[in-house]
This record gives sequence, structure tokens and C-alpha cells, in this order.
Amino acid sequence: MTTENKKELIVSAIENGTVIDHIPVNTVLMVLNILGLNDYEDEVLIGINLDSKKYSKKGIIKVRNKYFEQHDLNKIALVAPNATLIVIKNYEVVEKKSVEIPDKIEKILKCINPNCITNKEAIDSKFIVKEKDPLKIQCHYCEKTMTNIRFAE
Amino acid sequence: MANLKNKNLISISDYNKEEYLEILRIAEEFEKNPKQEILKDKVVASIFFEPSTRTRLSFESAASMLGAKVIGFSNPASTSQSKGESLHDTIKMLSSYSDIIVMRHSIEGAARYAAEVSSVPLINAGDGANQHPTQCMLDLYSILKTQGTLENLNITMVGDLKYGRTVHSLVQAMCNFNATFHFVSPNELKMPSSVKMYIKEANLNYHQYTDLNEVIPFSDIIYMTRIQRERFSDPLEYEKVKDSYILDAAMLKGCKNTMRILHPLPRVNEIAADVDKTTNAYYFQQARNGVYVRQALMAAILGVK
Repeated sequence: MTTENKKELIVSAIENGTVIDHIPVNTVLMVLNILGLNDYEDEVLIGINLDSKKYSKKGIIKVRNKYFEQHDLNKIALVAPNATLIVIKNYEVVEKKSVEIPDKIEKILKCINPNCITNKEAIDSKFIVKEKDPLKIQCHYCEKTMTNIRFAE
Repeated sequence: MANLKNKNLISISDYNKEEYLEILRIAEEFEKNPKQEILKDKVVASIFFEPSTRTRLSFESAASMLGAKVIGFSNPASTSQSKGESLHDTIKMLSSYSDIIVMRHSIEGAARYAAEVSSVPLINAGDGANQHPTQCMLDLYSILKTQGTLENLNITMVGDLKYGRTVHSLVQAMCNFNATFHFVSPNELKMPSSVKMYIKEANLNYHQYTDLNEVIPFSDIIYMTRIQRERFSDPLEYEKVKDSYILDAAMLKGCKNTMRILHPLPRVNEIAADVDKTTNAYYFQQARNGVYVRQALMAAILGVK
């Protein structure tokens, strides 16, 4: 186990749950929002501006007693493409997952075209990812290609 | 042979090369024999949420010539949408009354969404600034008819290349046929980079010009479009370029004999009236071809061809 891993375990100090590591400092609060952790009733620990070997400064979120599904991971990938999810059971790291931007993104984004049907009727948005780095997506409905993303409210 | 039964046509990219060619083959059959009662037990819902007389009449005459019953509306004020009904509910209802829906809507993406809601196949007759795939199909048919092939042609597009959805779709479709593209436009209305990227990804070439005269001698097709005043933020810029892209008969000296001029119509002044009499003018036949192509699409999608 590397020194960094040990440090994470000490900092997280949760018996069971998930540590989301390597979040860009400026998107930690967005990650909380996207994952709906604002309303989570168990313990959520947030670290911002922690030293990171890879990124100089990083954010970290520790969520007690919660494990995330694949579609939650995908949501995180949009604002924290290099995030690592560490699954902890009985104080042990049992799994580490890196996140990847999916080929299709449903529901969580809003089309920037004001004349798109998704902004006129109650329809879940769908986007096709054309390029991942830098991100370029195309609306499944109006077919507009965009590089700026907007999250659905 | 491509099987198009129950396949929606929402965007030109929904169909592949084989499927385009199949539609064009069937359209040729209908051109030879346009009146066939092969859809006499079918109901075509022609629903136009925004007015488009030309497209609507083309579809409705195509359906009538095949013996289909046409229901629908051409004025959204007369529909329950004006009472606040959602597109979802309108389509749910209409798809239980008809075998196929032809829909025009001012909102982009409305056609894709309607197709997802509908229990019968849907043809997009234009969704806002997004797609108008039957126009593209009739353009392909017109190119095939006039050139005898779709392969290896020099395709010139003139005018508003930035906002013109017809030219964007036609580029996309012609990328299947090893075309070389020539884009003639004022700087303000150049072909968008996304379309140029599409050409590059297909390993094909394009060239950009501001002078129309340069490209006339080697073009196989000259596709003219209208330059609209409202596209310019500076009215002076519009005044500067508005007459630069008017094609007249004198300019056609030295063009290929086989070159044909296309235009999605309506034209304003971008093609001078003296061009109409030349053998190069093809835009009126092009509009007529729309009926055969729409017959082919409805027949193929309804599984009777």
C-alpha cells in the first residue's frame, strides 16, 4: 500500500462507504450536487485544497455507508474526469474504480439550444459524446453539437 | 437490398448509402409510373405545425397519387396544440389513426421525439433549423438524374452556407460518394467548421472561395442558396455582398455542358431569370423530383416496395 493510500484511509476513517478522490478543487461542490449528497442523511466529509502529487491541489469527498452505481460514476466523470472511487468495507479498501465519460449521457445535462424540444416539453435530455477530451457532445434530439455543458436543474 | 419497412427518417444520417440508393431506385420507378394505387388501404397523417405549403403539397400529392388517404392539418392554430396539448399527446393520438406520420415542426428535435412517442413510422418534413431529410433525398435524386452517377462529382455550393440546413445535409450525404466540395460564400456565411470536419473525417476535400466565377468551369453541380438580410449583424456588410452571388446566363459561358444548377427554392434574385431558359437550369425539375422521392419513401417505409 502506498503512502498516499494510507493517508486517504486515515483521513477518511469510515468503516463502510465510498471515498471520491482526485476531484478538481473547483468542482467539489458540483460533485456533491450531482450525486444528491446535499440531502444525504449520513456523514459526508469534504476536503478541499488537499495536496496532491498528481494535481498539486485536489478535493475529496467521503460518504459513509453509501456505494455508487455506474450511472452515478458517469455523472461524476463530467466534472471530475480523473476522479477515483475507493470502496471501503470494514476500514479496508476493497475496490478502486476510475471514472470514464460514457458514450451517452442521459438526464443530467440540459441542451444549450433554447429551441430544442427538450427545453419545450418535459423530456429527459440525451446526449451522444462525440469527443471526450476536450468534451464535445451532441444533443440526441436537436443534433446541436456543444462543448459547453449545462447541468439540468 | 435494403429493407426500410418501419424505418423512421428523421435525419439524413439515419440512412446509409445502400438505403439512399434504394430510395432513389424506387423513386425512378415512380417517375416512370407515378400513379399506382399501392397505398389505397393506408392513412397518411400530414401534420404541419408550421406552414410549408411547398413541402406539404409535395407530400400530399405523393400520397394521393399512391391512393392513400391523407389526414392532418396545415395550420397549428386549428389543432389542440393551440389549447396547450403537448406534442407527446398529439402524436400518441395521431399514431392510433394513421399508418405513417409526416411531420413539420418549428422546434428542433421535435421529429426525433415524436418518432420515439409514435407507434407508427415518422418522416421528418423539417424540424426548425435542424433537419429536412426529404429535401436532401430529392437533391440526391436530382444529382443522380442529371449526372448519371453520384460518384466522384465536383459539387459547388453557393450563398448562405452557414445557416443553410439543406447544404449541410447534402454535404453529409455526398460524403458517401467521393465528392469534392467547392464552397462559395461571403466570409460571414462560410460553411461551419463542424461540416468541414465531417468532410475531412471522410478523407475528402473541400475548397473555399469568395468569387463564384472561379468555380463555374469545373463544377458538375452548382447548388445555389439565398442570402438573407437578417443573417447579417451589420446591414452594410449585407449591402456589400448581396449582389455578389447572383448567377446569370452570361456567367455560364465555359461551364461544362452537363453542369446543372440546383436550388431548394424559393429563390429571390440569386438566379437571374435568363438562366431559366438555359439547359443548365434544373431547379424546377428538382422540385418535381420531390414528389417521386416522397412516394418512394412512403412506399418503402410502409413496406409495399
